[in-house]
Amino acid sequence: MTNHWVDIRNADVILVMGGNAAEAHPVGFRWVTEAKEHNNAQLMVVDPRFTRTASVADFYAPIRTGTDIAFLGGLIRYLIDTDQIQREYVLNYTDAALLVDEGFGFEDGLFDNYDAESRSYDKEHWVYQTDEDGFALRDDTLENPRCVYRLLRAHFDAYTPDMVSSICGTPVDKIMRVWETLASTATPDRTTTLLYALGWTQHSLGSQIIRTAGMVQLLLGNIGLRGGGVNALRGHSNIQGLTDLGLLSNQLTGYIAAPVDDEQDLDTFLTARRRAPLQPGQVSYWQNADAFFVSLMKAWYGDNARAHNQWCYDWLPKLDKPLYDILDTFERMSKGEIYGYFCQGFNPLAAIPNKAKVSRSLAKLRYLVSIDPLNTETAEFWRNAGEYNDVDPSEIQTEVFRLPALSFAEDEGSTVNSARWLQWHYAAASGPGEARADTHILGALFTRVRELYARDGGAFPDPILGMAWNYKQPDEPSPEELAREYNGRAISDVYLDGQLVRRMGEQLAGFGELRDDGSTASGCWIFAGSWTEAGNQMANRDNADPYGIGQTLGWAWSWPANRRILYNRASAKLDGTPWSERKSLVWWDSVQRRWTGADIPDFPVDSAPTRGQMPFIMNPEGVGKLFASQGMAEGPFPTHYEPLESPVPEGNLLFPRNDKVRYNPAARVFAQDLEMMGTWEEYPYAATTYRLTEHFHYWTKHVHLNAIVQPEQFVEIGEALGNELGIKEGDWVRVSSKRGYIRAVAVVTKRIKAITVGDRIVHQVGIPIHWGFLGLARKGFLANTLTPFVGDANTQTPEFKSFLVNVEKDTSGGRT
Amino acid sequence: MTIQVTRRGFFKLGAAGLATSSMAMMGFAPEAAASSIRPFKLTHTKETRNICTYCSVGCGVLIYSRGDEAKNAHQQIIHIEGDPDHPVSRGALCPKGAGLLDYVKSPSRLKFPEVREPGTNEWKRISWEEANERIARHIKADRDENFVATDSEGRTVNRWTTTGFLAASASSNEAGYLTHKFVTSLGMLAFDNQARV
Repeated sequence: MTNHWVDIRNADVILVMGGNAAEAHPVGFRWVTEAKEHNNAQLMVVDPRFTRTASVADFYAPIRTGTDIAFLGGLIRYLIDTDQIQREYVLNYTDAALLVDEGFGFEDGLFDNYDAESRSYDKEHWVYQTDEDGFALRDDTLENPRCVYRLLRAHFDAYTPDMVSSICGTPVDKIMRVWETLASTATPDRTTTLLYALGWTQHSLGSQIIRTAGMVQLLLGNIGLRGGGVNALRGHSNIQGLTDLGLLSNQLTGYIAAPVDDEQDLDTFLTARRRAPLQPGQVSYWQNADAFFVSLMKAWYGDNARAHNQWCYDWLPKLDKPLYDILDTFERMSKGEIYGYFCQGFNPLAAIPNKAKVSRSLAKLRYLVSIDPLNTETAEFWRNAGEYNDVDPSEIQTEVFRLPALSFAEDEGSTVNSARWLQWHYAAASGPGEARADTHILGALFTRVRELYARDGGAFPDPILGMAWNYKQPDEPSPEELAREYNGRAISDVYLDGQLVRRMGEQLAGFGELRDDGSTASGCWIFAGSWTEAGNQMANRDNADPYGIGQTLGWAWSWPANRRILYNRASAKLDGTPWSERKSLVWWDSVQRRWTGADIPDFPVDSAPTRGQMPFIMNPEGVGKLFASQGMAEGPFPTHYEPLESPVPEGNLLFPRNDKVRYNPAARVFAQDLEMMGTWEEYPYAATTYRLTEHFHYWTKHVHLNAIVQPEQFVEIGEALGNELGIKEGDWVRVSSKRGYIRAVAVVTKRIKAITVGDRIVHQVGIPIHWGFLGLARKGFLANTLTPFVGDANTQTPEFKSFLVNVEKDTSGGRT
Repeated sequence: MTIQVTRRGFFKLGAAGLATSSMAMMGFAPEAAASSIRPFKLTHTKETRNICTYCSVGCGVLIYSRGDEAKNAHQQIIHIEGDPDHPVSRGALCPKGAGLLDYVKSPSRLKFPEVREPGTNEWKRISWEEANERIARHIKADRDENFVATDSEGRTVNRWTTTGFLAASASSNEAGYLTHKFVTSLGMLAFDNQARV
């Protein structure tokens, strides 16, 4: 979230799209209710299903799953054409005026320089025109046809209301109602907040959907303001924290991109991450990448990391492809190229698409280690559970270890919520039997591996023997030791402009104290400030709200630097005064000569407005980017493409003659998986998976209360489809995709309606995901039996939200 | 003077710390005194501040457990409820959070390290020592066999791609940070967490 849960109450318009907060985040959703009740907010919901969020909305518009870019792209066109943009914000705080390279172009669904063979682009021209100093050229009249603003308008030229309606299946009047309501927040005293979740991420175009949403918010001037922002309502309790800590194949910590094999020396690596300003005098905070990185290496490799050995840079693994993501890993596993796999609190047999492929792949492993508080289907993938898991254990040679971990209630430490708050929790009891904390499980395993390498040698033991592991009990590191380590400390006295700012051994107060000379160590630069000399800031419990706008700065600790609303300098005009009193957040105090207000300024606190530094301090431009430059696989502007499995015979209605752009031209699809994609003739219905308010993924089927309130698997179909197929409420149905089938009870509702796409009726099918062959709830099929093995072209997040199925009445006898 | 004390009000007084036995002596016994066992549920319990383990709203929870802190006495968690001081959740919990106690007490909780040997159809309990030893040897054998120090162009790459690791997005930052150190020290690249799905 750019903003935070309580701040939702400050919104004037709330758009929930690609999510269902009332059911998936019920307690956070109370702030939506609060905004409606006390801020007169309008709640708009756009979703394939009439969800419980929709049921309390002021307005609901149906949409065909996977067509969000068409809907939002049309909105961008509408905002520009009707001049409902926050013009001063757009001109100064976005890249609208910057001129784009002449070599950049787009035609018939493709940007220039596409290579169909590799399904990728040469991105050379996806940049601004620059002067001899490397600064972007600009045209403040926004008249130049090469400025971002004009190119943006041209890009969405075809996204007329009628076109959007025929792609999305949303009636034009409903589209207009949503667009008009959002446009009402282009004024400086009103804001829209956007709330989304997996309904936007789990598409082959997920990242571009979210980018389009961000562009809408920039045009409306809603980023950095109270009640604004682009707000990802994230899933697991610490999914934000693990992302921040970079537990992903292409990340170090704190969003430092991991090195690739072309970056053979430290300077090449750091140069690519320093990001020099693209407009004069901008902050471009990544210029401090050296300090972040060197401090990380000092935390990881201690005294071994020295200037003369490039701070152990060679020890880091180098990537030979953009990602070793989960889909890539299971593709390699299916070919027998992976021998071992660790699943720490993760159930991939249920969580990765195409269960048959996942199951086949796991059976090729030599060893599998499951570390979990609960039994999981993955740990028991070898067990025959009849129709639900039809395998022969005697044929599966994988050695499987199952290690019991403590649960939250028995463990101490911090988790990061969706609002970037690091909240500390304490252990209430010891765990069952011999269960151990995750930290102790890994601590013991690491020290054992290290002993083996120390004693027997082996392949490149240096980074194992050299990893700093200076815990009082090396096999049982404590939460406090680890938290202090990721915060960081001074290794020797730290000076800033000749002044001593931190003595040797002290905890650092924030990332401003990090140095690139080896005098500081910090395991995750954005967490610097969480455990300072003043103690554990994450355990703070002062819920005072002095400004009365929900900014409880004394509760827990938020990265970065306890800032609660990102880009908050954009809540003030160029001259440093708030856009409006209603939305005031931080402002320039001309007497004290510093930024002040109800939040920690997300900005250099003494940078006077006259200095001309812009609010988006992490971007080299200093402003928000409508033009993504080289950051995205599909192109600098989002384009609507169909899901891999699309119910539309004509393909992409925007470019009906070009079959190359039916679906995402940059999507990576493995050959065998492409063969496993179904067509609309065989599988005519558009399906989407979803979650229920009573369940959490595949955990709560093990939980008595939840197994009682939502005991049995079902699928949801509309009345029209029920009538067509002779299926009524409570009948058993068989739902199949090219990859397999599930059987479940049918729930026939008014909540999912057939939708008209072009001149064709498309029925939609809803598939809740929570059942499996283990637990207290009734046995069911893992829903990923049906889903396609393809991901977003940037993140490879699987397309769980849009695929094709067939539905038949089940005659095989129902429950087994 | 007669004071009418409703059962609900009586609980409030009790919660405010008045000794209930002396209340009764003073003649303030509530009606339906026989059912007044429940209000004592949380007395003599330890209150622990925690955060709900499910979604990322991060609601505050209070966990109540029984048992003294003696070395050989285990705390028993008997009740979990919302933390009214929490600025986001203000004491509320959803249908998932309301069942947290049943999660902690789930019969599916794992208690001991176990192994399923190749081709067999059962779990076998093993010690932590055996589990560590066997897994560490798997790691070393695979890594020693498949570690790539330099690629075909002679570049230093120091990667190991034949074992992968999926990290837990409900574990703590401290566990996550340690996991990153563990994985990186080995040169592992097939590394992800739930953020990827």
